[in-house]
Amino acid sequence: MPETLDQIFVLLKHWIVAHFPAALQPLVSALLSISAIILAFALLFAIATILERKGLGRIQNRYGPNRVGPYGFFQPVADGLKMLIKEDIVPGGADRVVHFLAPIALVVPVLLAFSVLPYGRNMAPIDLDAGIVFFFAVGAGTELAVFMAGWSSRNKYSLLGAMRAIGQMISYEIPLILSSITVIMLTGSLRPVDIVEAQAGYWGGLPAWHVFTPWGLAGFVLFLIAATAESNRAPFDLPEGESEIIAGYFIEYSGFKFALFFMGEYFGMFAISGLAITLFLGGWHAPLSFFEGAMPSYVWFFAKLFGILALFIWLRGTLPRLRMDQLMNFAWKFMLPMALINIGAAGLWRFLPNGATRWLVCSLLVFGPFVALGRGLAAKRHWKPRTYRFAE
Amino acid sequence: MDPVFCILALVTAASAIAAVSLRRLVHCALCLVVTFVGLAALYLQLNAQFVGFAQILVYVGAVAILIVFAILLTRGSDSPPQSIFSSSWVVGVGVAVLAFGALAFSVWTSSVIYRPAPPAPQPTVRELGEQLMTQYVLPLEVIGLLLTAALIGAVIIAMREGPARHKSESIAHRPLPIPHPK
Amino acid sequence: MTPLHHYLILSALLFCIGLAGALTRRNAIIVLIGVELMLNAANLNFIAFWRYGPHPEAATGILFVLFSIGIAAAEAAVGLALIIAIYRHYKTTNLDQIDSMKG
Repeated sequence: MPETLDQIFVLLKHWIVAHFPAALQPLVSALLSISAIILAFALLFAIATILERKGLGRIQNRYGPNRVGPYGFFQPVADGLKMLIKEDIVPGGADRVVHFLAPIALVVPVLLAFSVLPYGRNMAPIDLDAGIVFFFAVGAGTELAVFMAGWSSRNKYSLLGAMRAIGQMISYEIPLILSSITVIMLTGSLRPVDIVEAQAGYWGGLPAWHVFTPWGLAGFVLFLIAATAESNRAPFDLPEGESEIIAGYFIEYSGFKFALFFMGEYFGMFAISGLAITLFLGGWHAPLSFFEGAMPSYVWFFAKLFGILALFIWLRGTLPRLRMDQLMNFAWKFMLPMALINIGAAGLWRFLPNGATRWLVCSLLVFGPFVALGRGLAAKRHWKPRTYRFAE
Repeated sequence: MDPVFCILALVTAASAIAAVSLRRLVHCALCLVVTFVGLAALYLQLNAQFVGFAQILVYVGAVAILIVFAILLTRGSDSPPQSIFSSSWVVGVGVAVLAFGALAFSVWTSSVIYRPAPPAPQPTVRELGEQLMTQYVLPLEVIGLLLTAALIGAVIIAMREGPARHKSESIAHRPLPIPHPK
Repeated sequence: MTPLHHYLILSALLFCIGLAGALTRRNAIIVLIGVELMLNAANLNFIAFWRYGPHPEAATGILFVLFSIGIAAAEAAVGLALIIAIYRHYKTTNLDQIDSMKG
């Protein structure tokens, strides 16, 4: 019975597809996968917005939304209705075609990125041989959508926001890819399904996930920081810094197009969290050996996804926004060298014999530079009493 | 004829024409992106999965962004007041049409093209990587060196900033130093 | 299956569009776009010949295109840096006005 429950979506899909003539079957199968992905993640989007608003309210010692439904949990429905019936305003000087295409160009690549993640046992929508490359390739498309939105609005704030966003996304894409390269080196495959399979099994009590190795832990932390920056979330939310450039590249968007931007941002966060789970957190594998088989595999995937979302919300509620120079310094002087050193550590891990030496050498190789680089970043700061140049 | 190929070829060729003929430079760059994506889809049609993804990763993710930044840095985002075509455009179009005629004629009269396609190969990424690390390791290293050199060179060329030129100007305006009598 | 010469004709067309763009436009950035189009046309040819060639299991065409993509990225970076340097000097990217070699 647990097996049936585990494979229920796969069986359901096969059952529905079998009702169609053979010529239509690939098409129907693809359509089913697409609608399942869109439905699941649209629902997750609604849940994530309400959780984020409630969580931030909790952190900031206020209630958060509490009017619609019990404890305000139907707030996303009300928001969605409001977005749909709002007027769609296009600025007079805007480039209408590009302005219209930008939100679509943002959401479509992100939805494509969902198609290579393995959500459960036998539950990868497309099993691509170069799945990780596909994920990063479609992720590159979102930068252009950001530029299209910022440029076509004919607004200096939106152009500034777009330039900031592109600069930030390009800078943090490098550590993002470099930190995931370690996993690809160790598993020897670019297929997400293979990477999840490589993390099956348990070492004593611990699951054999990549995050429980020195290089994996460093890679996971680097990946998560870069992912926060890549999805433009606090503390890296300068592209939409409300206090300086109002809302960044989507300032001139309203109504449903704004909702698409909002959705694209959350979808990007889900996709990159899903990749983090696939690469480092064992995909759909259960965290403890006696849980294996007790619950369906996709439950574990989405439980981990909610865990990472909670971490993102917590970070947003806790950390102040960085300045532009701090952001770039952090990317190029800390993240990039750390990611390169981490690749070296992963290579050593591959060739050293299994044992305590391997753990010690790799941990030192990761931890030493971490301390040195961190001190290097902090050393140049001369803390002084604050002087006010203009406001005295 | 294959309808998928027809659609892709039409989109690619039309966006390529738009990319070199539109008035606003940003529109040209965006049309160029459509061409790149169309080419990547054609590579996928030809069973070259990895190259298709690499094409999108490099061209859409890097080259297009570079072009867009260059357009903004050279204030090219407004449409120019004068004609966008150079004074000798007739000659240019003539040369291009002649070149296309010659290429199409030689393709059409060649005998190799009617050979049937061999069974579809599925090169895995692992095989590609193994070849890159064994047979083609020297070209790979050379490409790495070239990219590093290009990176540093591009930074140096683009960095030759105002202050350096101001310095040379101020040197030019200064009276010549009188040589020391020895 | 699409025959080989369709790909070759498409690639020739792309090459000539790039050539026409590089030869007829005033703006230096569009000339660079034309050069990129020509490089891409050559890449399409390599992939098509690899797929229809006698030995598709030796992935020579694919690897050549990978190297070519790397070179194209380097070319774009250096070319655009040159254009920015020229713009700084002449305050224009119009190739008809950039006619003196004296710095």
